[in-house]
Amino acid sequence: MHRESDQVGIKIGMWLFLYSEIILFGGLFVLYAAYFFEHPQSFVAGGKELNRIIGALNTIVLLVSSFTVAASITAIRQDNGKRAQQLLLFSLLCGVVFLVNKYFEWGTKIGHGIYPNSETLVNGEPGLNIFFGLYYVITGLHGLHVIIGMILLTVSLFFIRSGRVSTSRYAMLDNAGLYWHLVDLIWIFVFPLFYLVL
Amino acid sequence: MSYKALAAVLVVLLLLTVVTVAVSYVNLGFFNVPVALGVACLKVTLVLLFFMHLKYEGPIIVFSFIGTVTFLIIMIGFTFWDVAFR
Repeated sequence: MHRESDQVGIKIGMWLFLYSEIILFGGLFVLYAAYFFEHPQSFVAGGKELNRIIGALNTIVLLVSSFTVAASITAIRQDNGKRAQQLLLFSLLCGVVFLVNKYFEWGTKIGHGIYPNSETLVNGEPGLNIFFGLYYVITGLHGLHVIIGMILLTVSLFFIRSGRVSTSRYAMLDNAGLYWHLVDLIWIFVFPLFYLVL
Repeated sequence: MSYKALAAVLVVLLLLTVVTVAVSYVNLGFFNVPVALGVACLKVTLVLLFFMHLKYEGPIIVFSFIGTVTFLIIMIGFTFWDVAFR
């Protein structure tokens, strides 16, 4: 009886934290919307600079990894710890692929002289400067969340291995999964905002 | 949730991604942004309901989540209202 209510409490705590994350990124999206209204042409021009295919690829990678994390919770519920570990390992691999893509994407942009406070942006159009400023802040903060999510998934993976997370007690995996899905949620909005502006 | 149900959700999510990328190549004028954001909202709803199990949660989490979204709508709506009619 006690454990039952405890599990619910753990989950509510995690959701409360997720709400604060939603408002954090929501605030940044408001900033984007307000500046988009002020500099629509520059934002469209900036969006054309970004590679839509890499963006779409990263979306697919995150969606697939979200699925494997959700599936690993199903596996642990069915007392199949081995499969849960394999699914988590695959999710971690997806996280690495995402970050490598991001690395090359940022690298190319920086190679073209597009980075915060660069000559091209500072002396160029103010709208473009704002667009890429927001791009680096939002994708950077999101990338940080990907790294934190991967750490949480790794911890869950080791807890399954050591038996601390099991079919009767898997709140840690549940909450790590929720965090990973949040990372996916944010990317679902980041992708059209930055890559698909027309 | 069973693996099959989760896989079905994933397939729908991937299809929606393909749709939103394909639509972005077509110039719909004003409608490009609403379509892109509409598809994004649909995808987010699927992730929340099925991957994050919001569909199976109790009233506390469901209502507090709705409260958060309401706050977000007020924040975005009122800010944009101010910016648009300044």
